[in-house]
Amino acid sequence: MEAPADNYVDALSRLALFADLTHPQLEVLAHSFDEEVFAAGQRVIRQDVTGGGFYVILEGEAQVVIDGKERSRLGRGDFFGEISLLTDTQPTADVIAATMLRCLIIPDTELKPFLLKQPTVMYRMLQIEARRLRAANAWDG
Amino acid sequence: MVVGSGPGGLQTAYSLARAGVTNCAVLSRDPAPGGMFRRWPIYQRLISWTKPDAPVEPGTREYEWYDHNSLVGDEPEHRALVRGFMDRAYDVPARGEMEAGLVEFAKRGDVRVRYECEWLTTSRDENGFVLGTSDGEYRCRVCVFAIGVTDPWTPPISGLDAAPHYAATRTPDQYRGKSVFIVGKRNSAFELAQGLLPWASRIVLASPRPVQTAVLAFSPLSIRYLSPYMQHIRGGSGSFVVDAAIERVERHADGYRIRASGTTWEGELELEADEVIAATGFRTPVRDLPALGVAMVNDGRMPAQTPYWESVSVPGIYFAGNVMGASAGLRKHGATSAAASVNGFRYNARVLARHIAEKHFGIKREQQEFVRAGAVAFLRDELAYAPELWIQKGYLARVVETGGGYRDGGIVPLADYVDRDTGDSCAVTVEYAADGAVTPVVYLRRNGRLAEHTLPTHPLHRFDTDEHRRVLDALIS
Repeated sequence: MEAPADNYVDALSRLALFADLTHPQLEVLAHSFDEEVFAAGQRVIRQDVTGGGFYVILEGEAQVVIDGKERSRLGRGDFFGEISLLTDTQPTADVIAATMLRCLIIPDTELKPFLLKQPTVMYRMLQIEARRLRAANAWDG
Repeated sequence: MVVGSGPGGLQTAYSLARAGVTNCAVLSRDPAPGGMFRRWPIYQRLISWTKPDAPVEPGTREYEWYDHNSLVGDEPEHRALVRGFMDRAYDVPARGEMEAGLVEFAKRGDVRVRYECEWLTTSRDENGFVLGTSDGEYRCRVCVFAIGVTDPWTPPISGLDAAPHYAATRTPDQYRGKSVFIVGKRNSAFELAQGLLPWASRIVLASPRPVQTAVLAFSPLSIRYLSPYMQHIRGGSGSFVVDAAIERVERHADGYRIRASGTTWEGELELEADEVIAATGFRTPVRDLPALGVAMVNDGRMPAQTPYWESVSVPGIYFAGNVMGASAGLRKHGATSAAASVNGFRYNARVLARHIAEKHFGIKREQQEFVRAGAVAFLRDELAYAPELWIQKGYLARVVETGGGYRDGGIVPLADYVDRDTGDSCAVTVEYAADGAVTPVVYLRRNGRLAEHTLPTHPLHRFDTDEHRRVLDALIS
């Protein structure tokens, strides 16, 4: 995989989660939080290890694995890590790069200030969580 | 093969030789050792400390905590070399003093480099890689690029390419009486601002992200940041630090016009400046490595790496030096590698050398063996004193293998330890907790399961107490 043709700000601007941010706000986001690329098979967050962050997938796919079993797959625009941050508990799953995986990372201590400063992102996140909950309930039923 | 003769290349080559890899060639386009310190920082003063005299003896392992600039030697005569060149005007060395320390390390440590041999192209063959250089082709199984993060990088802002980059900044007297607009608010931007304070009539620094004062206060950068930033905060001095996304830079006959949008405030800004400098950072001079498949990160500026600093996409290609910072580790509470400076990457390079020796050349390390009480005492002392753990918090770990006796498993990247099950063992690290407290942490692996335990903190950071020994003892039993 070669370097992507577009830059980091462009990649962020195309994600639903950040769709309401203005150009200057996207610039702040890109300048404040790191991008990281994981090799296929590398773990991104770990069941039972504390202190993880909030991850948004920019490119590639990830597996959600609980006790060695794959439970779901995530792709571009999906995010993970927020449940353990919001509930102040250890992650209940491993997230493992299924392909080469490029993510934006917001550290645990910075997620709350970021969301409070950007309520449109918080609202989008809430919408996505609500859809996930509905899908999980439908599946359970 | 190692490419580069800056501190990253020198430390890697030195440590590879000590780890038993004798067939290692080091290439450099420069005529002498030193890498970026042959030229930079542009205003000639580092920001990382070396205390010429400290409470511990220079040359001991503990002294490394007081000397963040010397490379780390296995033999006493290779250690703590920078202090000998310092004139003690400051507790941070001048550029030339740092360079002299590196030259001395290469000389005493017998690091042989083919100077003025420039790496130009990279390809593969059946055994590994072929490096095309100004001195013909070199073939190798494993290649370590210690090539710095030294290519000027300018973000895609309309018109900014017409302005000189930090790397092309002139001597401060040439900015006398001028208004200077600096794009950027990181090390290099504040370094320039500090250097220009006695000369320029007005200095404006601008970038999207606000200065984080809480972080800044405890940062080694404070020495560079504080004057221009304090003058801005106190007002009226001609120094301004602005949070804005630069939309456009226009060059005209008398200078520049800059248009920007506020990021922490609403509105637009338009201002004139005699000079614009893009202090927007650097990228790794990777040449054709992306075409070979090396994936990049940080807006395409650095190669993406595994916990052992290997390309995530091209096995056999490794990186050393400050570019190791792109391998961020577990990022617990946001903490990453201290690899942006010599004090951090000198340890990474030594860990990398031992890893390459073992993985690619089958050279096993000698492992110290312990009885149980000895292992407990060893781990406690590592928590209390190991400079690797203290400088690379939450990034490097000391491992003791515990399956059938107790053996030293060396210093390893914590992310690799956590993610790769190599049998029953115990690892210790020094970490920042969520509230910022410096905290000892123990990871125990037993029957394939990993458990994390936080040990007590201490107001004086003393982790060699009886309580720490008791807790470690109970965990390891």
